[in-house]
Amino acid sequence: MNIIELAGVTKEYPGGVAALRGVDLAVAQGELTAIVGPSGSGKSTLLHMIGTLDRPTAGTVRIAGHDVAALSDRELSALRARHIGFVFQQFHLADGVSALDNVADGLLYAGAGLRERRERAARALDRVGLGGRVRHRPNQLSGGERQRVAVARAVVGEPDLVLADEPTGNLDSAAGAEVMELLGGLHRSGTTVAIITHDPEVAALAPRRVRVRDGLIVDGAR
Amino acid sequence: MSAPGLTPARLGGRDVVRVGFGGLRARPARAVLSALGIAIGIATMVAVIGISSSSKEELLRRIDRLGTNLLTVTPGDTLFGEGAELPASAPAMVARIGPVTAVGATGATDATVRRTDRIPKEVTGGIAVQAATPELLRTLDATVRSGGWLNAGTARHPGVVLGSEAARRLGFDRAGGRVWLGGRWFTVLGVLDPAGLAPEIDRSALVGWEAARRHLGFGGRPTTVYERSADASVAAVRDVLARTVNPENPEEVQVSRPSDALEARAAAAGAFTGLLLGLGAVALLVGGVGVANTMVISVLERRREIGLRRSLGATRGQVRVQFLAESLLLSAFGGVAGVLLGTAVTVGFTLYRGWPPVVPGWALGGALAATLAIGAVAGLYPAMRAARLPPTTALATV
Repeated sequence: MNIIELAGVTKEYPGGVAALRGVDLAVAQGELTAIVGPSGSGKSTLLHMIGTLDRPTAGTVRIAGHDVAALSDRELSALRARHIGFVFQQFHLADGVSALDNVADGLLYAGAGLRERRERAARALDRVGLGGRVRHRPNQLSGGERQRVAVARAVVGEPDLVLADEPTGNLDSAAGAEVMELLGGLHRSGTTVAIITHDPEVAALAPRRVRVRDGLIVDGAR
Repeated sequence: MSAPGLTPARLGGRDVVRVGFGGLRARPARAVLSALGIAIGIATMVAVIGISSSSKEELLRRIDRLGTNLLTVTPGDTLFGEGAELPASAPAMVARIGPVTAVGATGATDATVRRTDRIPKEVTGGIAVQAATPELLRTLDATVRSGGWLNAGTARHPGVVLGSEAARRLGFDRAGGRVWLGGRWFTVLGVLDPAGLAPEIDRSALVGWEAARRHLGFGGRPTTVYERSADASVAAVRDVLARTVNPENPEEVQVSRPSDALEARAAAAGAFTGLLLGLGAVALLVGGVGVANTMVISVLERRREIGLRRSLGATRGQVRVQFLAESLLLSAFGGVAGVLLGTAVTVGFTLYRGWPPVVPGWALGGALAATLAIGAVAGLYPAMRAARLPPTTALATV
């Protein structure tokens, strides 16, 4: 079964700028895919499409079997809450809040109670190797640790798809390698992972690479 | 066509409060300052209402203490518009009414009272010289601060009892000494405490009935008759009083109830000082604008957080509820602080004045309702803006 299915996806922004020009892409369950391209190639727009954060101008997007065009904003929110976990370049952690509660917030909109959220957050932090950093706040953590907290938040709800947007962009190479290793581990344990990056070295770590240029997929669409 | 299994989970009330509180805790100084505006407004209104209610309560307690069963009889006007007089027999006639328990009378004289004979006659200090019956003290429930009251023995002699205000103006704080009264020396026999229901007694120098006749040319006609009766029969006594005092011309007699004046004052004290209340309302309004301002800025600053929450699966409604909750919490903090502050001011002021502190429950409830209304109104627009932010633009902002 395909987790991601894009067919003829076009996205035009007001003013006539076409960021995507008819993209077809299918990603099967359990794959680790790198979507790679230079800045301005349309890969961020592609991330918005796959992450259901925005809708295409034309074409169809199916995520975990749901046609995005047919869903209301509320249903899209529920889709994100249950099926997609995001990892961002800037981590997006809340400053004054412990690592545990930052991760627990990943379940806030999935309907779990506070105790359950914290228990599962503690397990997710264990899984990313930060079991001893539960009470730390983001400003007490290194960049690599922060991104691992963000990864824990993305996987705490056990989503079908983890979308990582330049996950190593703000990290040195050692911390970046750790995060990539972590994402690779998720893939090995069965999670579908898509990494959006401009860095060919990062892309080289993924078994499958999809190249984007000028709003089109030039290689790896399958 | 709704997709099966894609209903957003409900965000429980406890989680809404947690999220809203978390937003405030991230910027505590700003939260305190913007809640302060609300607090000042609420404190002003609670204090204004509290202090005027306490003042009213004090008057009502005073009325309770003084009793409402005292009636006074004074001469009115004749049919021809001239000043009427009460018959000399009036006190005795009133005493004959069944439920009446005490009767006292005063009669005005033309005499003046001064500290010494060196002071010019015109300088009366506003003190009236009145003849008084021995029963007057008991009828008024008045008490002697110093010395004694007129009795059968002293009533014939040139002795005088001063009302509290008259004593102050003449420079007496206790009995003993003499005053120049009606062209001769009178001994000060006693000084009264304030008479409560009969403030005119406070400003009087009281002379025995007989002594007034003998030394001051008093004609013996009373100018005010005071009477007390059982509480239940006040109305009945009031109906027959004029006819009893002057059977031929009952329309020339005025009957009044001194406690009515106090009750009117109590009602006036309970009607709030509109200006101060308005001032509190303006402060509250400004506080509300402050909260709205804080919330608008907060939404602009937290686009990233909003985008993150949308990506975590928050619906527009849940983002809206989050910011509305923050605004409500912010003004609720202000409201609670304001209620405490206003109550403290009321208690402090009333203790200083010796009044019973009263803060009506409806004022507290009203304050709470006002803060919640303000929080909702102030938070509505920022919350709508937050909810309208598209998740992508929120995340694109670094």
